[in-house]
Amino acid sequence: MTRRRRRLLLASGAVAAAATAAALAFLALGSSVSYFYTPSELAANGVPERAIRLGGLVENGSLGHDALDPAIVTFVVTDGEARTPVRYRGILPDLFREGQGVVAQGRIGADGTLAADTVLAKHDENYMPKEVADALKAQGRWRDGGLAPPSQE
Amino acid sequence: MKIDYANPVRFERLAAPATAVLAFVAALALGAGLYLAFFASPTDYQQGAIVRIMYVHVPAATLALAAYAAMAAASFTGFVYKHPLADVAAKSIAPVGAALTFLALATGSIWGKPMWGAWWAWDARLTSMLVLFFLYVGYMAIWRAIDDPLRAARVAAIVCMVGSVNVPIVKFSVDWWYSLHQPASIFRAGGPSIDGAMLAPLATMALFYACWGAAMVLTLMRAELAERRAARIEAAAHPASRLA
Repeated sequence: MTRRRRRLLLASGAVAAAATAAALAFLALGSSVSYFYTPSELAANGVPERAIRLGGLVENGSLGHDALDPAIVTFVVTDGEARTPVRYRGILPDLFREGQGVVAQGRIGADGTLAADTVLAKHDENYMPKEVADALKAQGRWRDGGLAPPSQE
Repeated sequence: MKIDYANPVRFERLAAPATAVLAFVAALALGAGLYLAFFASPTDYQQGAIVRIMYVHVPAATLALAAYAAMAAASFTGFVYKHPLADVAAKSIAPVGAALTFLALATGSIWGKPMWGAWWAWDARLTSMLVLFFLYVGYMAIWRAIDDPLRAARVAAIVCMVGSVNVPIVKFSVDWWYSLHQPASIFRAGGPSIDGAMLAPLATMALFYACWGAAMVLTLMRAELAERRAARIEAAAHPASRLA
């Protein structure tokens, strides 16, 4: 019985120690474990000198092209509170559209614009057929209205 | 030694028919699940037909994580209470869990390229899932590295239990940190956010994975027990080479 008790203590001690170590490590790492910064985080904490990833929604009506070089796409990433303009030359992912979640990677210049070398699309946790999505929109029950009507279907 | 014989014999009597039933249900569920997934389910309003990868990817990932939890529970039982079957169970879960984790990583990568625009991203969910794969592989390596099964079971159990810290990290990574991977769609507050027409193939495929996984684990356990019995018989026949 005492040996079993000792093994029980050893097992729970090992797990507790590992859990504590992991918790402390993640506490120290903080938000740097996150895959991207939000525009509000950049507004509050300043812009890092290195290349970063910026995540948020593509602001409705912000998608356009550079006046001098039409191959450059310009849009604004927002999280509802702050907004960061982005410039990108390259092929956008299929899911990219206004109102969609995106992650743009690059450096933020002196003018506060992110010059992206990679743009990734995020998708959310909702899955439904197109008819259901259309019906929800027709009934005005679409969750936040932040999503533009699908333009590529 | 007595108890070491008693339980495995009873186990064999239960496991043999159970394996057959599980394999049969798995075959049925696989046929029905693939039909539902490929032909009888709608395309997604955003992802189109690519959404069908979900039916392979999500149950594999869920079961990969559940298998690790089961392996940790078996390791704990074997380590503390010395149940004769617990170590065999933990050892047998590992390759099945590793295969499921690999499948989740591979199908996730195939899904990520068309939807996100990237095969891989070092976000918290993907990285912790890769760590889960390494934990499985490391656990299997320990069993192979130590010859004495009693000692191997002890060391492997400790590593497995310590590694179980990763299980909640995988599950909640998408809630704790911003990630490229989407948040939970099924096991979340407020119920699933997946349309019923898509939940049916998902549930059928989950049934397939669960039955297949259980049948595989039982088969591996029976093989392991048979191997140990053979080793004991051999040791009895050649007392000189007892440690072999």
